[in-house]
Amino acid sequence: MNLPEYSRKMRQVEVLGINLLRLITLLTAVPVIGIIVFILIRGLPAISWEFLTQMPRDGMRAGGILPAIIGTVYLTLGTAIFSVPLGVAAGIYLAEYASDNATTRLIRIAIINLAGIPSVVYGLFGLGLFVLFLRLGTSILAASLTLSIMTLPVIISTTEEALRSVPNAFRVVSTSLGGTRWQTTWRITLPQAMPGVITGIILGLERAAGETAPILFTGAAFFLPRLPASPMDATMALPYHIFVISTSVPGMPLQIQYGTVLVLLVFVLGMNLLATLIRNRARARRQW
Amino acid sequence: MQSKISVQNLSLTYSDGVESLHEINVEVIANAVNVFFGPAGGGKSSLLRAFNRLNDLADVRHLSGEIWFNGKNILEPDTDVIELRRKIGMVFSRPVPLPLTLWENVAYGLLLMGEKRKNRLDEAVEKALRLAALWDEVKDRLNDPASAISGGQQQRLCLARVLALEPEVILLDEPTSALDPVSTAKIEYSLLELKEQYTIVLVPHNVQQAARVADYAAFFLQGRLVEYGIGKQLFVSPKVKETEDYVTGRFG
Ligand SMILES: Nc1ncnc2c1ncn2[C@@H]1O[C@H](COP(=O)(O)OP(=O)(O)O)[C@@H](O)[C@H]1O
Ligand SMILES: [Mg+2]
Repeated sequence: MNLPEYSRKMRQVEVLGINLLRLITLLTAVPVIGIIVFILIRGLPAISWEFLTQMPRDGMRAGGILPAIIGTVYLTLGTAIFSVPLGVAAGIYLAEYASDNATTRLIRIAIINLAGIPSVVYGLFGLGLFVLFLRLGTSILAASLTLSIMTLPVIISTTEEALRSVPNAFRVVSTSLGGTRWQTTWRITLPQAMPGVITGIILGLERAAGETAPILFTGAAFFLPRLPASPMDATMALPYHIFVISTSVPGMPLQIQYGTVLVLLVFVLGMNLLATLIRNRARARRQW
Repeated sequence: MQSKISVQNLSLTYSDGVESLHEINVEVIANAVNVFFGPAGGGKSSLLRAFNRLNDLADVRHLSGEIWFNGKNILEPDTDVIELRRKIGMVFSRPVPLPLTLWENVAYGLLLMGEKRKNRLDEAVEKALRLAALWDEVKDRLNDPASAISGGQQQRLCLARVLALEPEVILLDEPTSALDPVSTAKIEYSLLELKEQYTIVLVPHNVQQAARVADYAAFFLQGRLVEYGIGKQLFVSPKVKETEDYVTGRFG
């Protein structure tokens, strides 16, 4: 076989390979798009002003899902209050202050493993620590704390990652001009890393918003006739509400189930979209 | 001639175990351009970073000897390094504008000191930019991002940023290695003006530049100080063979 023929063959193989990869990539997108389209079609007819702003009626078989929406918003905000300051602080410490020794390596391994723990384990841990031992009861507070522990590793590692991607030359220059480590972090490194940090926060909170298992034993209620009035109240929440109406309420109209799923999906995908927008805007404006 | 920085028996080893500076003894003369030159890897940058303790950020395994500045050995652990770095400013080989506006870049050092009075800052920014021969080019766009100006302008911005702190010594580590000849000439010209007021330590990016600006010159080779003397003499009639080879371009 001569050389031109060989390279023509190679090119054919390459084109074939690339098209195969393209096909596989497309195929992986099919289920995601399928799920979204399916839920849109089935769920949209259920969506109305009443559905979003009314309490449930007739044993949740009619009316709206307001308490579940409000509950998920509360839980997400509650999770943010605890996990954002702590997670960002820990990320800053790991990226800017911690020296590379056995202790920090151990901490990093712990954080990575924390991210791999199944969410139901967090739920049981929250039940033991917050609900029972600390006597917080089944409450928004206990559920938020539980979700925070689950969210923390995501926020810590994305914060650390975002800080590390800021060029080291900035730190050196700032230091050479008499900057302390904290001044350098606060004025230069953290602002530059902010888009990455915010993306991490949103992705972490998004996961918290969609989880059922961690709140199952710590703060979620099957049904409440009124909205929660304090952090010590239990609350309804979208993911758990979906579980409830699809397994435990006989004669539940399918439409309401799909409608509720759609609301949760929009909530979570909306956060995802926000994260993407922030990242793209920051990328376009970045000076390095 | 008065010594501004006095280096005594300085040895430095990074964590890779190679001795980057070996028993260095050298004087930095006040109000003069002190040139440290020699092939790459000779330890010039390491020595400059020892002057402002920027080596604290690096992985240094062993450091011995003394560096005397204003009657103090600045290698002592009780040295106020923040204060030291304000007095000994540094310009790096690649211009690194901070991701801020031009104005904020020049005011940065003063802002870190807690200076908040806008008029004081404005004054200092203008003065520093004029000294660095950049004022006329950027005075109408001080609120633009610093990355928007050319590389040559950026390096003068970096010089202005150091000058705004009114330091005593300015360290320049191959400041023109990334610049075109015109920008290089501007920086060199600034140095000759600045030495009236400041003490300059320059690592030149080639022998020609060294010969052009040096009042005093020190030749470094593989972590050792080979020869040290008055600039004109050292370039015209070097005493050591290695210096001669390097100066005449016969090196390596
Ligand atoms: N931060 C560092 N960590 C480890 N080794 C370094 C570091 N900086 C410089 N070195 C080493 O020290 C030696 C001298 O380098 P340097 O001071 O940069 O010399 P020059 O500026 O004359 O080129 C080189 O062998 C270099 O690899
Ligand atoms: Mg160097």
